[in-house]
Amino acid sequence: MIHILLRDLEIPDIWQFDTYTANGGYDGLKKAVHDLSPAETIQIVMDSNLRGRGGAGFSTGRKWSFIPKDAETTYVVVNADESEPGTFKDRQLLEKNPHQVIEGAMLAAYAIQAAAVYVYCRGEFWDLAHALEDRIEEARQANLVGDDILGTGWDCDVHVHLGAGAYICGEESALLNSLQGLLGQPRVRPPFPAQMGGGLYYQPTVVNNVETLANVPWIIVNGADAYKKIGTPESPGTKIFCVSGHVAKPGNYEIPLGLTFRELIYDHAGGILNGKRLKAILPSGASGPVLKATDEVLDAPLTYESVAALGSTLGSASFILMDEDTDMVWAAAKMIHFFKDESCGKCTPCREGTYWLDKIYARLLRGEGTAHDLEMLEKVPNQIAGVTLCALGDFAVNPVLATLEHFRDEYEQYIHQPEFGPEPAQAL
Amino acid sequence: MLAEKHADRINKIFAKYPDKRSGVMDLLYLAQEEYGWLTEDALREVADLVDIDPTQAHSIAGFYTMFSEKPKGKYWLQVCTDLPCALRGADTFYRELCAYLGVEDGGTTDDGLFTVEQVMCLAACDRAPMMQCNFHFHEHLTIEAAKELIEKLRVQAQPETQEDGGA
Ligand SMILES: Cc1cc2nc3c(=O)[nH]c(=O)nc-3n(C[C@H](O)[C@H](O)[C@H](O)COP(=O)(O)O)c2cc1C
Ligand code: SF4
Ligand code: FES
Repeated sequence: MIHILLRDLEIPDIWQFDTYTANGGYDGLKKAVHDLSPAETIQIVMDSNLRGRGGAGFSTGRKWSFIPKDAETTYVVVNADESEPGTFKDRQLLEKNPHQVIEGAMLAAYAIQAAAVYVYCRGEFWDLAHALEDRIEEARQANLVGDDILGTGWDCDVHVHLGAGAYICGEESALLNSLQGLLGQPRVRPPFPAQMGGGLYYQPTVVNNVETLANVPWIIVNGADAYKKIGTPESPGTKIFCVSGHVAKPGNYEIPLGLTFRELIYDHAGGILNGKRLKAILPSGASGPVLKATDEVLDAPLTYESVAALGSTLGSASFILMDEDTDMVWAAAKMIHFFKDESCGKCTPCREGTYWLDKIYARLLRGEGTAHDLEMLEKVPNQIAGVTLCALGDFAVNPVLATLEHFRDEYEQYIHQPEFGPEPAQAL
Repeated sequence: MLAEKHADRINKIFAKYPDKRSGVMDLLYLAQEEYGWLTEDALREVADLVDIDPTQAHSIAGFYTMFSEKPKGKYWLQVCTDLPCALRGADTFYRELCAYLGVEDGGTTDDGLFTVEQVMCLAACDRAPMMQCNFHFHEHLTIEAAKELIEKLRVQAQPETQEDGGA
């Protein structure tokens, strides 16, 4: 098994500067600043076909290439807000292999000649963020960050910014507002972050996920072709899958893209807790549609395209597994409650829609649901999806529509058998 | 006053950014650490430091779960009851924790030591049930382990409470 990212599994001390450098650490940055132009650096990442690991799966090299060449001030922002339910990979990377994230961010910074890098860490990563500042200081002492990097005359410092608990601040434009000390709500786009007027302090900015950037040093050292040999042509490389819920061995698994659901769940993650049967899979946390655990799904490859073809999304690869005993109406209620809580309130359809959905689910779970509620569950999503300022609105309808599609009988049970319902302990 | 007492820290915060306004969240954390919670005076102080209106500081404070505009217990227990944790018993854990402390959802114990709240995913779903106590994560919890932690914190808090009382 190749670990490009979770290298702490082979080298537990890789978080230490000396261990990291003794194992090839910062060779990618050295190679880039000494032997490659910024344009060549972008080209290698573009050729590698690395796709963003923060959710949307957009080509990283292309994103970098959008930065206007004549821009005077540009920034790199590392998205370490990691708040999607079921996601805990960036945390492991920042904790156990932090220098690789710093190096990846510096490579992005070199590629776009950024003035500074900001790492936006969710506030709950308090201890981790402070430790990260120490790691950055080590890189600064070694002249890999800061002024006149490696004697090239290029200056670029790295700073950590702490969020304070808001899922929406993981959305890139809300994140930028939050970083600027504004309310952490999304911006109207265009302009997009890479464009003039759209980024941090309204300057062209690359926003990348922690895991995305952690891939870059390897790609620069080993080349785009070597990277493309791992995974599949459209989805190259390895990906960290966060597996949680009813699984025997919850945790992070870094595997090449293209293995099957079954291999991930049964070979790597030890199968289902207590030997139960798997009922449903959320492949990208609460944001993507739930899949019924059919053989067709279990034998499908884990790539961006194939998961999309199944009707869901690979997203950040947060696999939440649910066994045969799971009440899917309850599970949907939990997710809706999440989105209601996390809606930033800026657009009416999202704010009001999630509020009403949450109320309907609470009613269903109390055994007070009616056929009218079921109709509403089908109608309200149409009024939210596609008309909101950011993707949270689209995410919020997925739990409703996907559970209705696959598990409608469970909704019917709630409505026609009032005594049916979760244990009080499970009620919201 | 924050400006006098923490001049060094404040300068370090401002040095990170080209615009001082970006320091507002760090300063809210600092104010909360200093005063226990974000009082109106604290918000005004922070607002003055970054040249914004106090109402803006207030709306920023209200936007995030880690800032509090109300007094909280000395130990702020935020239990994750989001879906992945709930699939591993977090709802039951939370109910038992509330019962043990004798508080309702979101409540504070009479001695002012503990506030309990439910929060959304804290990126520790593989170690559920879990909670955050002030800034630290406690993972792989059982209700027994949580009770032990609470008793430990009670003992820890004692000498300080007496000092406070004597001061
Ligand atoms: C509601 C919402 C929440 C998001 N949360 C995160 C997050 O926690 N971490 C992250 O990297 N991306 C998150 N994203 C995606 C970012 O907007 C952005 O696409 C990503 O950081 C880009 O990085 P990548 O190209 O490296 O994936 C979120 C998007 C939305 C709409
Ligand atoms: S869709 Fe929801 S979260 Fe996104 S901007 Fe609108 S209200 Fe805010
Ligand atoms: S769901 Fe509880 S930490 Fe993620």
